Amino acid sequence: MAEITYREALNQALSEEISRDSNVVLMGEEVAQFKGSYKVSEGLLEKFGSERIIDTPISEAAFSGLAVGAAMMGMRPVVEFMFWSFSYVAFDQIFNNAASVRYMSGGLVNVPIVFRGPANGGTNVGATHSHTPENFAANTPGLKVICPSTPADAKGMLKAAIRDNDPVCIMENTILYNLKGEVPEDEDFIIPLGKARVACEGNDLSIIAHGRSVQVALQVAETLQEKHGVSVEVLDLRSIRPLDLEAILETVRKTNRVLLVEENKPFCGVDAQIAFLIQEHAFDHLDAPVKRISAIDVPQAYSKALENFQIPNHDRVLAKAMELL
Amino acid sequence: MESIYHDADIQKGDSSTKASTTVVPLPNETDFSTDSINHSLEAEEKIRFFSQMLRIRRFEERSLRAYQQGHIGGFLHLYIGQEAVAVGSVSVMSQDDHVITAYRDHGHAIAVGMEMDECMAELYGKKTGCSKGKGGSMHFFAPDKNFWGGHGIVGGQTPLGLGMAYALKTKGTKGACLCFMGDGATNQGSFYESLNLASLWNLPVIYVIENNGYSMGTAESRHSAGEPLARRGEAFDIDWSVHQGHDLYEVRSAIHKALSRARENSRPSVLEIVTYRYRGHSVADPDQTYRSKEEIEEYKQNKDPINLFRDKLLKEGVLTDDKIQALDKAAKDEAEASAEFALASPFPDVSELMDDVYWETDNPEEKSSSGTIFFESSR
Ligand SMILES: Cc1ncc(C[n+]2csc(CCOP(=O)(O)OP(=O)(O)O)c2C)c(N)n1
Ligand SMILES: [Mg+2]
Repeated sequence: MAEITYREALNQALSEEISRDSNVVLMGEEVAQFKGSYKVSEGLLEKFGSERIIDTPISEAAFSGLAVGAAMMGMRPVVEFMFWSFSYVAFDQIFNNAASVRYMSGGLVNVPIVFRGPANGGTNVGATHSHTPENFAANTPGLKVICPSTPADAKGMLKAAIRDNDPVCIMENTILYNLKGEVPEDEDFIIPLGKARVACEGNDLSIIAHGRSVQVALQVAETLQEKHGVSVEVLDLRSIRPLDLEAILETVRKTNRVLLVEENKPFCGVDAQIAFLIQEHAFDHLDAPVKRISAIDVPQAYSKALENFQIPNHDRVLAKAMELL
Repeated sequence: MESIYHDADIQKGDSSTKASTTVVPLPNETDFSTDSINHSLEAEEKIRFFSQMLRIRRFEERSLRAYQQGHIGGFLHLYIGQEAVAVGSVSVMSQDDHVITAYRDHGHAIAVGMEMDECMAELYGKKTGCSKGKGGSMHFFAPDKNFWGGHGIVGGQTPLGLGMAYALKTKGTKGACLCFMGDGATNQGSFYESLNLASLWNLPVIYVIENNGYSMGTAESRHSAGEPLARRGEAFDIDWSVHQGHDLYEVRSAIHKALSRARENSRPSVLEIVTYRYRGHSVADPDQTYRSKEEIEEYKQNKDPINLFRDKLLKEGVLTDDKIQALDKAAKDEAEASAEFALASPFPDVSELMDDVYWETDNPEEKSSSGTIFFESSR
């Protein structure tokens, strides 16, 4: 296994799937000549040519809808959003068309498409560039939603998403693009959607997180172990819809205390649903009420001083964890 | 000759006191029957087109009655008055050409060959409907007939049609996508994004603006700057033209030309086809607030696509009065039978509510993901 970055892992997944299946194409703004705004598609244009790696104008509604139409006819497009925040001008195409066509056609029409791009805060780009719409997408039956947090997951889950026959939304993270990790080179390395991952084992408290919050949770787990001798289990959800409810319940039954961490805003955020599921299915296993840390409930702030506090950071998560112990 | 249009159904509301101010132009004098695409038509083909238009009209009249009887819910956007556009367009398509349209989709559905039974049953919300009762009036689909819906968001289908053209081109199929839309839909931004891409990437898509003069209750003059609407294609170097939708021959000529352009040069087109809807925007429509009864009457009398085509075929000696009566009776009987079929069909069972959402949950033997995908709070 080689150690590569999250960005390289995505690149490998794209490259392998584009060469495996002639129906797969990558399209989006700056994906070809510019090599991707975050260099995720570096080298792909040279390898596959401009018919498969396609630069689009700044027309999210049109190129998203175009890809949905092509998927309805059997292609398997991967649409890159420079930021998921920009998908908001293509909302109709994702939420009315990609998500609903199969149902409205009584199952006659499939939409095997991937929408991907970064959806995160923490980079001081202000409110219009920092949305985390995994809750919107997961609130929409017909869509699948995943938030890989490691290079291996980025590769294995993107490959699974491309092979999936349903629309999949992948929420990546610009801060994770440089994260390094071991990634299998096997061309059929797939991480099935809907499988959570125990990122570290522990007995006293479960922290359930997704996306970059998993990395924050791991740091907090380390602090708690070192400074307080508390053993924390970190569960990385990986996939929001489908959701690995069993893994969630298992860790709750093991530690009996839960802290949920996400970068989503709190109201109707992903973890609101997770908390509901825990109380519904594992109420008797809880020794304390479920606690939760999300991004602070205001539009994303620009200033480092504000934003670093706004998104769940080590200290905020640690303080909330202490309340549970 | 008695008009083929008749008010079997009742439009609520008192007769208009408003005087008609609209000048309805008289039918176009240009004779498109001599165009090669029309000149070569066999008598049976002409009769089939006539009968298709009649079938659409009788189907919709029957559906309106079913609506008034309470069998159909929600919206019911009738195509009555516009039939020559769908029938004429589909009549020049090859097996590699595809169709996508908006919510006023019954005409296109029947024109591509969908059965009245499955369409009526869908309107009734029945399990035997084309979408198993999950799509409704606005969302008919028949991918096996190259018909990709039925789309409820105004303009939302314009990028999809573009994608179909893109897929055809990418796969090396010599086909095109006919993307139908209303005059009101031309004011959606995604349409312009689509026009830009269609031209930039040389995609074989044909945007057919069915200009029936109104976007719900808003007349074209109140919703759009710059006439004609099709000219908007010019900014993107797209060939555009305006045609009369009451003449089936003219529709055929126009669509045929655009299809050739798409097939031979892989170039898009914007066609504006001027037409008129007799019925309200949907069934619950305060018709008299935005147009006069006289205006509607004038269209019915002078520009009805079915009457005009019938007269042509009578003159050409292709049809006789007896044959017309027989075709009309067949269409009415078929529509009536479809209503009976729909009524007798079962509703979908609530156990089917969660089918057809994800391919994967419908194909459990090939499922690769795991985990919970439906979150009903009652379970
Ligand atoms: C995005 C969106 N906005 C508004 C509506 C409500 N609506 C449905 S049809 C319609 C008028 C569209 O008129 P036009 O495009 O001319 O088509 P026509 O109904 O005449 O066939 C409106 C406003 C909608 N369905 N979608
Ligand atoms: Mg209109």
